[in-house]
Amino acid sequence: MAKELWEGNAAIAEAAIRAGLEAFFGYPITPQTEVLEHFSKRLPELGRVFLQAESEVASINMVYGAACAGARVMTSSSSPGVSLMQEGFSYIACSEVPAVVTNIMRGGPGLGNVQPAQGDYFQAVKSAGHGDFHMIVLAPSNVQEAIDLMVLAFDLAEKYRTIVMFVADGSIGQMMEPAEMPPMRPVRPPEERAEWALTGAQGRKPNIITSLYLGAENMERVNIRLQAKLREIEKNEVRWKEYSTEDADLLLVAFGTVGRVCQTVVREAREQGLKVGLLRPITLWPFPGQRIAALAEQVKGILTVEMNAGQMVEDVRLAVEGRCPVRFYGRMGGPIPLPDEILPELEKLNAEVGGEEE
Amino acid sequence: MAVEIPEDMELVYSYPESLTKVRTHYCPGCTHGVVHRLIAEVLDELGVRERTIGIAPVGCSVLAYYYFNMDFAEAAHGRAPAMATGIKRVSPDKVVFTYQGDGDLAAIGTAEIIHAANRGELFTTIFVNNAIYGMTGGQMAPTTLPGQVTTSSPTGRNVQTAGWPIRMAELLAELPGVAYVTRQSVLDVPAIRKAKKAIKLAFQTQLAGLGFSMVEILSTCNTNWHMTPVEALEWAKEHMVDYFPLGDTKMTDAVRALKEGK
Ligand SMILES: Cc1ncc(C[n+]2csc(CCOP(=O)(O)OP(=O)(O)O)c2C)c(N)n1
Repeated sequence: MAKELWEGNAAIAEAAIRAGLEAFFGYPITPQTEVLEHFSKRLPELGRVFLQAESEVASINMVYGAACAGARVMTSSSSPGVSLMQEGFSYIACSEVPAVVTNIMRGGPGLGNVQPAQGDYFQAVKSAGHGDFHMIVLAPSNVQEAIDLMVLAFDLAEKYRTIVMFVADGSIGQMMEPAEMPPMRPVRPPEERAEWALTGAQGRKPNIITSLYLGAENMERVNIRLQAKLREIEKNEVRWKEYSTEDADLLLVAFGTVGRVCQTVVREAREQGLKVGLLRPITLWPFPGQRIAALAEQVKGILTVEMNAGQMVEDVRLAVEGRCPVRFYGRMGGPIPLPDEILPELEKLNAEVGGEEE
Repeated sequence: MAVEIPEDMELVYSYPESLTKVRTHYCPGCTHGVVHRLIAEVLDELGVRERTIGIAPVGCSVLAYYYFNMDFAEAAHGRAPAMATGIKRVSPDKVVFTYQGDGDLAAIGTAEIIHAANRGELFTTIFVNNAIYGMTGGQMAPTTLPGQVTTSSPTGRNVQTAGWPIRMAELLAELPGVAYVTRQSVLDVPAIRKAKKAIKLAFQTQLAGLGFSMVEILSTCNTNWHMTPVEALEWAKEHMVDYFPLGDTKMTDAVRALKEGK
């Protein structure tokens, strides 16, 4: 298929449709409303389900229901709406049904604003809801990658029967870029829904989907199974991209929009004679910590750049375990860190680790 | 298990196929079991067990999925109508019902039930009103009567501070998407027979695609009311029925025609 000009949010929605999405349930919130609007037009014309729910609490529980019924389903929101969905994330994770959620992150805390931000890293990666679980968290840095990851999100959700969160900041959602859509996958017919799904106990024993396990031992057994699955995901699904790391003395770590800005920083720093590389995590969970640890043996220092007060940097430090200094630069509540701000931070780090400019 | 019936005899009673043969965890005297049985008999009679999906609430009936012999999901507290919406929208040929208590439906899940009803979602809600939070040990519910003593209204429900009991059957009747809403009870045998008819009509309403249907059922909680089962039935008849009058609050013409077999 040829490249076309796509707005991020519409591209995300269309990619989900191409991936065989059967139903969308959601509630309007800026800066993701175009996702919902795209679905509101496209899904009914394709004979699929679109429903504007009364709240994000309802949306996620509709997703939970449709997922229990074995349908490919998703919802989409932005930060304050995602907070409301956290009850559902926890139930979905424990019940082990596949579901996809996108968070087009905005400035916070509180009502915040509608500017692009990455302040929901902790929420997505560390505290998606009550109890012990993780979501798979995918973070694109441009529209094409958003499309590709949307398709992957459904495959991962179904492969592991888990919840997958797709996080992008508002600038990816709102920017226009040339990108290529995948071909339309056929929607799975209802008679081909998974054998665990609630499809009516016709000629078989009833299927029960629950997250209630009374008794300490019972609940622990479920937790052990969930943890084993998470370890499996950690083993198989870590994704990242590297830029100019082969000979790097200094390493940038950044995701999403800042990850993209940092590609420019690498180029400009190298023009200045600083041997800088970049690692851009694509899965925020599972986190590419092993690779960062390996690079920490090679480089003299690491600078993590984020659109928040310093969240992913904690995972970088956990991975690096003191092998080299890890510093942080961030902006909060909307501003996107620019190369002009990041370069001096790299110079500072270079001076700190006793590096020279060539 | 097919039972051989001699030619000169008629089968008048058997165990519903829609129930599993296990002992329930409900307190002796609790009316949840009666309501379960009525639903099961209706689903058997309609021949839809194998295409029915139930949704259990959070409350004493949280384990309802062990007692119904059909596919079941367990919802978060109050969210059963949202889950039912999700299931029914992607499986329109299935029969879907939620089973909910008064805390679940009329407090934490008020938004979900009102909007599902208002959209005319094609599922059925069985709403068990026992005027108390049973599972958590007898706290005040949105349906607790004025002056009623509970563990969180130790001097009796004070309507000045705690508000009035909510009449859900009347509230939902206002919504255009609602086809059939009725309030019944399981407080004596004639009432139980009527309740069964209402449950059947509610599922028939769903099967005919006429709109949202709900049967509110006045029930007892002798344990948390601190009464014997018989005292509890009497108390409910004496006090609950006054505030929560029995009967249909909404029946569209289409449902009436269905009822009258037209
Ligand atoms: C979000 C959430 N809040 C509170 C609870 C605790 N809780 C469990 S059951 C229940 C009350 C249920 O009462 P009701 O719906 O009237 O059903 P009953 O137990 O009387 O049958 C509460 C408050 C919970 N499980 N989840």
